[in-house]
Amino acid sequence: MKLRANLVIGGTLFALAVLVGVLAPWLAHTDPVLDANLMNAEEPPSWTWWFGTDDQGRDIYSRVVYGARVSLTVGIVSQLINSVIGVALGLSAGYWGGWWDDVVNALTNVMLAIPSLIFALAIMAVLGPGLTSLLIALGLTNWSFTCRIARASALSLRNQGYVQAATVLGYGDLRIMMTQLLPNMLGPIVVIGTLGMGSAVLSEAALSFLGLGVRPPFPSWGSMLSDARDQITTAPWLSVFPGLAIFLTVLGLNLLGDGLRDILDPHSRSRRT
Amino acid sequence: MTGAPLIEVEDLRIDLDDGERRVAAAEGISFRIDRGETFGLVGESGCGKSITALALIGLLRPPLSIGAGMIRFDGREIQHLSAAAQRDLRGNRIAMIFQEPMTALNPVSPVGRQIAEMFVLHKGNSWREAHQLAVEALASVRVPAPERRVNDYPHQLSGGMRQRVMIAIALACGPDLLIADEPTTALDVTVQAEIIELMRNLCAERGTAILMISHDLGLVANVCRRVAVMYAGRIVEERGSADIFRTPSHPYTQGLVDSLPRLGSRAALGRSRLKEIAGVVPAITNFPDGCRFNPRCAHATDICRSVAPTADLLEAGGLVRCHHHA
Repeated sequence: MKLRANLVIGGTLFALAVLVGVLAPWLAHTDPVLDANLMNAEEPPSWTWWFGTDDQGRDIYSRVVYGARVSLTVGIVSQLINSVIGVALGLSAGYWGGWWDDVVNALTNVMLAIPSLIFALAIMAVLGPGLTSLLIALGLTNWSFTCRIARASALSLRNQGYVQAATVLGYGDLRIMMTQLLPNMLGPIVVIGTLGMGSAVLSEAALSFLGLGVRPPFPSWGSMLSDARDQITTAPWLSVFPGLAIFLTVLGLNLLGDGLRDILDPHSRSRRT
Repeated sequence: MTGAPLIEVEDLRIDLDDGERRVAAAEGISFRIDRGETFGLVGESGCGKSITALALIGLLRPPLSIGAGMIRFDGREIQHLSAAAQRDLRGNRIAMIFQEPMTALNPVSPVGRQIAEMFVLHKGNSWREAHQLAVEALASVRVPAPERRVNDYPHQLSGGMRQRVMIAIALACGPDLLIADEPTTALDVTVQAEIIELMRNLCAERGTAILMISHDLGLVANVCRRVAVMYAGRIVEERGSADIFRTPSHPYTQGLVDSLPRLGSRAALGRSRLKEIAGVVPAITNFPDGCRFNPRCAHATDICRSVAPTADLLEAGGLVRCHHHA
């Protein structure tokens, strides 16, 4: 079997990011928040300070390592919320149709019409900054694509013989949705979810950059970028490394999503055989 | 056991409502099936046989609906049952198997689980018990190595095996009535015979009545004790299946019987043309007045073109809707 480059590279990058986040206390050289020492301020990358230090003398490497926790938590949790909302609405709308479908469609159209980052900004403004509000804001604003996909899949699946057979065999609506429809639409949902995680990581960075994300001094990649923007000419390593971390994580997630689509999409599968 | 029929359909009319007007897709449908009996419904595509079956299990969906008439299953009128009570009948007391064993099984679920689900759903078994029962159910439909096959996915099984699994699912809860809608149309002829044999034996063992729906008069007459022939939304003749071949009474049935190729006949040997019924089935929105078969009928007279025939009882048993029946 041919090795799928995008799947392997994407999976490796994502796994690496997760591993770094999980193992942060062991990987970091110093405490990302407490070990500030003005004697070491603005050191360029070296053997001692792998990624250099910031203007308070904190180790950038350690902060990037800990920052993975925030970015990945936000990426994974908020996308899970999005997927659950999107699947619940889209699946039920596609299966039941009627007025409920109209309501969900209208809601989806509204969501698609509002730029999701602006909407998330508004929610953050109400809830105040912090990790929990970040999860809620990003979890509530990005479900429309999942919803569309789930609805379209449900529409086509509900006419499948086995779904009708299940009706005839006395399955209730909920049981049909859970056992017949959901497992059969999981492929595209997982793909969309993976890609959505990438964009959630970016949104977290953007919101943190705007000062609405995780509260300083705790590091997140976005807030590190934000802090670094004044020194981009004098101390470029402050922005390069968190930027690289975001870039590699999102790239990994997107490649992973592509790779999964290649595997899970029945069309590309039949092309292969 | 009382003499009450298992299912009784009286003067059923099924409406098709396309938003502008309402037409009867089937009307005047009456028949009864006793416990353990085998009954066949034969007709061309679009004659209303499949929607009649859907009406029996309470699954007509818009634009189709029951316009009039009554369906009584085991003494209870199906239309007046709650949705939950109807659902409880389906799969449990009335089961159905479909034409396409390729698509009627969930592709992402092992077949054993799909059988087991019936026991969990209708009999309240635990998954562990249900799994064991599923193995037994697979064994009862003569699937070899059932304890291995339960874990197979549908795509790992052949068409015949899948139809066996469908039968196992349908008969899992020991239903009183099995509706088989063209159960073997998608299968090879040799497999077809095996499946029919299996279905008939299992139902006979368990006292399950069969309502078999098909366009194949020969197949239905082979399985069923009584046969009803439908044409353009009406039952035109209902007879014992031996009689219907020997002395078809309605011109349409005669046409059907004559159009069957017989081994060794002149037509099968290529010496004469196989008989056909002239003309085409009328569209549902454009049924002719009177007897609906009159434009294609060789014996049609004025009365056929104006008055719909009523069901006449035949001396030999059965009934027919024709002004000029033999």
